[in-house]
This record gives sequence, structure tokens and C-alpha cells, in this order.
Amino acid sequence: MNAASDADLVALCRTGDERAWSLLVERYARYVHAIVVRVYRVPPADAEDVFQEVFARVFERLDSLRNDDALRPWIAQTARRCSIDSLRRSGREIVVSDPPEGVDESLAQLDEALSMRDALDDLSPECREILDRFFCRDESYRTIGSELELPAGTVASRIARCLGRLKETFEPGRKSASATSGGKVDE
Amino acid sequence: MTTPEERVAELLRALPAPPVGWVEAAKELPAARRGLATLVERIEQDDELRERAIADLEALLEAEGVEPTPTVVAHLRRRLVG
Repeated sequence: MNAASDADLVALCRTGDERAWSLLVERYARYVHAIVVRVYRVPPADAEDVFQEVFARVFERLDSLRNDDALRPWIAQTARRCSIDSLRRSGREIVVSDPPEGVDESLAQLDEALSMRDALDDLSPECREILDRFFCRDESYRTIGSELELPAGTVASRIARCLGRLKETFEPGRKSASATSGGKVDE
Repeated sequence: MTTPEERVAELLRALPAPPVGWVEAAKELPAARRGLATLVERIEQDDELRERAIADLEALLEAEGVEPTPTVVAHLRRRLVG
């Protein structure tokens, strides 16, 4: 089910399939978190409530999504609305009439980053781990080699091989909508 | 000029993982909503429970072992009003 498209996941969620819902949450948790915390900069004290509100709205309103392939822009739109509502409640209304600079660019980058994550998820566990350690956790060859019991030269060649596979797999917008998060969404 | 490796790193770092507890709570939404639906049924059938809900919904939720987060309280209010 991991390779299921967004449309497939939505269809399964509508039947009450809780495993599909868990996968949907896993697929979009980083994306929603980034929109709330990094793009709209919702204060830490409110960020978890906003994060939960986004998924609660998605769960409750899944039936109103007309185009199942548009899940990603719909979730982005929901995260934006929830973030703005929270900022408005906390008195930071400037965001409502004047969104933070670079929001559209940030959201476009998050879309691309999510597609990269999808590609990473499709690699072997060995490739996922070594690329995650090197690129996300910023670990050195020596640290990775020590943790995985590999010589430094093997670490370097494995990273190069896995990076090559990641580039082959990476297609912006895959697994989900071709529309961008800024696109119009039917509800 | 950004190298392909730097671009990959930039994109992977753009989406740090949220706290595990947040993700787990979101995954449990279907079960949590079932629990709230049961509570709504009990409130509708029990006058004393209904009065407690009207007086202090958050206290009632806590007494029922449900954390009264804003999302849960708002959902329950909508259900009770509806």
C-alpha cells in the first residue's frame, strides 16, 4: 500500500480503512508540519494544535474533495487556512492581509521536497538510511561508517550509487496531484 | 551554482520530521472520533451528562479520559449543536 497513489489512499480512507489513513498521515506529516512551522511560523505553543486541526479537517471533509488526485494542494490549502486562523486568533493579523514574504516560493519548494521524499521512500531501506544520515542528519562518512560498520570508501560509493537511484526515481509531483499547492481546489 | 547533491540535500532538509507524538495522534483520529461519537450518544441520552457538558465541556472530557484539545472541543461542540 506504500506505493498507492493519493487517489487510491483517499478512496480507501473513505471506506474507513484506518491503515490507509495512517499512510496518508505519514505521507503528509512533514509537509503539513513545514507549512505550519516553517512557512507561516506558527508559534511553538500553537503549532501542535494547528497540525492536529489540519488532519482533523482533512479526515472530516474527505468526502468533499471532488478530485482525489488533488489531495496535496487541498492539504496545503487546509494547512494555510488553519495556520492563518491560528495567527489571527493570537492577534498576528498582519499575516491575513499581508502573507509572509516568499510564501508561494516556499510552498513550491515544499512541493518539490515532498516529491523528493516520495522518491526516497521508494528506495531500498539501505539507500534510505544512508542518504538520510548523510543529507538530512549531516553525518560524516566516518560516523556513518562507524554506525553501519562499513569502511569509509564503501560509504562514499554507496551514497553515490543511492543518489544516482534517487535522481532516477525523482519526478516532481509524483504519487499525487500534478497541480501545485497554489492551484484552485474543488471542495 | 548549486550542485545536484546540494539540491538533494536542500530538498531533503526542507521537510524535517515533526515530533513522533504529533504524527501518532493524527493517525489515531479515526479511533478518537469513534470514541467521541459514543460520548455524544451518551450525552444525548443522559440528562445529567448533558448538563455537565453544557456547564463545562472541557471538565467532562477530562473526566472521561479525553484530552480537551481545541480540535476535540470544537468537534464535540459542533456535534452537540448539530
